[in-house]
Amino acid sequence: MELIIGHYNYWLVIIIMMAGFYTVISQGNLIKKIAGLNVFQVSVFMLYISIGNVKDGAAPIIEPTVELYSNPLPHVLILTAIVVGVATTALGLALVVRIKEAYGTIEEDDIHNQDHSL
Amino acid sequence: MIETHLSLLIVVLPLLAAPLVAILPNGRLAWAVSSITTFVVFLLAWQQLVNVASGNIISYELGGWAPPWGIEYRIDAANALVALIVAGIAAVTLPYALRSVEKEISKPQHSLFYSAFMLCLTGLLGITQTGDIFNVFVFLEISSLSTYALISLGKKRQALTAAYQYLIMGTIGATFFLIGVGLLYAMTGTLNMNDLSQRLPDLVEHRTIQTAFAFIMVGFALKLALFPLHLWLPNAYTYAPSVITVFLAATATKVAVYVMLRVIFTVFGFSFIENTPTDELFLLLCVAGILIMSFYAINQRDSKRLLAYSSVAQIGYMMLGIGFGSMLGLTATLVHLFNHALMKGALFMAIGAIVYRIGSSRIEDMAGLGKQMPWTFAAIIIGGLSLIGVPGTAGFISKWYLVLAAIEQQNWLIVAVILIGSLLAVIYVWKLIEALYFRTAAEPVNNIKEAPLMLLVPTWILVIANIYFGLDTELTVGTAEVAVKLLLGDPQ
Repeated sequence: MELIIGHYNYWLVIIIMMAGFYTVISQGNLIKKIAGLNVFQVSVFMLYISIGNVKDGAAPIIEPTVELYSNPLPHVLILTAIVVGVATTALGLALVVRIKEAYGTIEEDDIHNQDHSL
Repeated sequence: MIETHLSLLIVVLPLLAAPLVAILPNGRLAWAVSSITTFVVFLLAWQQLVNVASGNIISYELGGWAPPWGIEYRIDAANALVALIVAGIAAVTLPYALRSVEKEISKPQHSLFYSAFMLCLTGLLGITQTGDIFNVFVFLEISSLSTYALISLGKKRQALTAAYQYLIMGTIGATFFLIGVGLLYAMTGTLNMNDLSQRLPDLVEHRTIQTAFAFIMVGFALKLALFPLHLWLPNAYTYAPSVITVFLAATATKVAVYVMLRVIFTVFGFSFIENTPTDELFLLLCVAGILIMSFYAINQRDSKRLLAYSSVAQIGYMMLGIGFGSMLGLTATLVHLFNHALMKGALFMAIGAIVYRIGSSRIEDMAGLGKQMPWTFAAIIIGGLSLIGVPGTAGFISKWYLVLAAIEQQNWLIVAVILIGSLLAVIYVWKLIEALYFRTAAEPVNNIKEAPLMLLVPTWILVIANIYFGLDTELTVGTAEVAVKLLLGDPQ
């Protein structure tokens, strides 16, 4: 029980990660794939933020009365990763728009059929 | 001034050039600025290799922050060699790009194309220069995002789906790497590779470290297209614009192999790998990859796709050396990294020259072209011989070291696989030559001229490099041996 409740944030990370990953693999709709990819990335953000937390530590802002702080570095790292995630999503969605213009559909199976019927 | 900041300038120059090129008017000016930048970067990378060729290490502190708190660029012979490959290939690709891009990409996109190319170059060089593992992720994403955009500029609509497919798989790979880095940080509290290598030995038994290792390996196996994680590569290479195929085939996967080397040997140490089934797994996947992908290459009807499958097989050769983990094996990996960039660069450039003239890369459309484009045809022959590994070409040197490494470990099965792989290469290279020379087109077109000089000269620079590095191995094997000693020896 301690293993589950004591590490509930990590369990949440794993569940979200697998949900996102499964969506990327199983969905045929290109937009849904991007959404799945986003969920997958968000789980990694949660993982990093969990790592940065120090037990009983305060937010990492210098205060004379506080002695124990959380580690701010993982937060900074993950800010970079969030930016990268936004850029990836934007580029992915832009590609989907172009694919829709070129094929008239965003379903993977239909695109596949069109390329092979040529 | 230049000397002290050399390592940084190699990354920063293309990074600064990227926005500058983007705001320039479309046309030759954007091309000229990016070409000049690339030449300068090439000279700097050359100087950097000369500086570290004797086995010393350059440590550059970004912004004056001392490692392990600040980001450190740590240059030894291995980085410098890979940086030289990337910068060198970029420096021959850009002159080639001018005519090819004018033909294949619509005018309003030219300066953005060169801008994305500069960003891609920044990312790849950044990965090779940095000594900080999170920095690797950042540069990896800079190069990947620009690569996706560049691939999608291909003429056919399949280029879009190829770019999309690569985006999904590449992002999964990069995110896996990110998870691995996060877990390493959680256990060690550091991101500096050198620092990590000192703290990890005490923790090797820990499950988190092993999980981190697995995530990093799978993530980068996706990026370097190790069989069976190569599915994005054939489409991406086939439908990308010719210039981008040349550049990616010669650099992107090589940089990923370098990261694999760095993570395995500098960060974790090979003894860690030997205690896990990783090295045997690498050998198994490489053997399967070399054989299966060579058969796939033989059955292709598109010349770019044929060479793409051949690339996946060749990545198998590079990873074999890592699987051996021996001095000879790693030397073979680094030498093949260099030589494969030369041969695939030359071959894709020659194919690109044919595409420039006939607008198609299908093998049946090329029938009889060898007589009309003799110089391009000769480039394909020499590049093909190098790919097979005929003595006197660069390909022979790397295969020779690989076979020596396999014999040293008395792994006769792998010796046989390397030789069979070369025979299969004979078949698929012959397939190109047969179509180009011995077949006659159903409807002969007589007005096809030899490719323009702007395409031929860069192609032949690489072709001659293939022969030169097949005869004089001082730069390749010599530097690789220095690099391998540092990789295998105790990191200071």
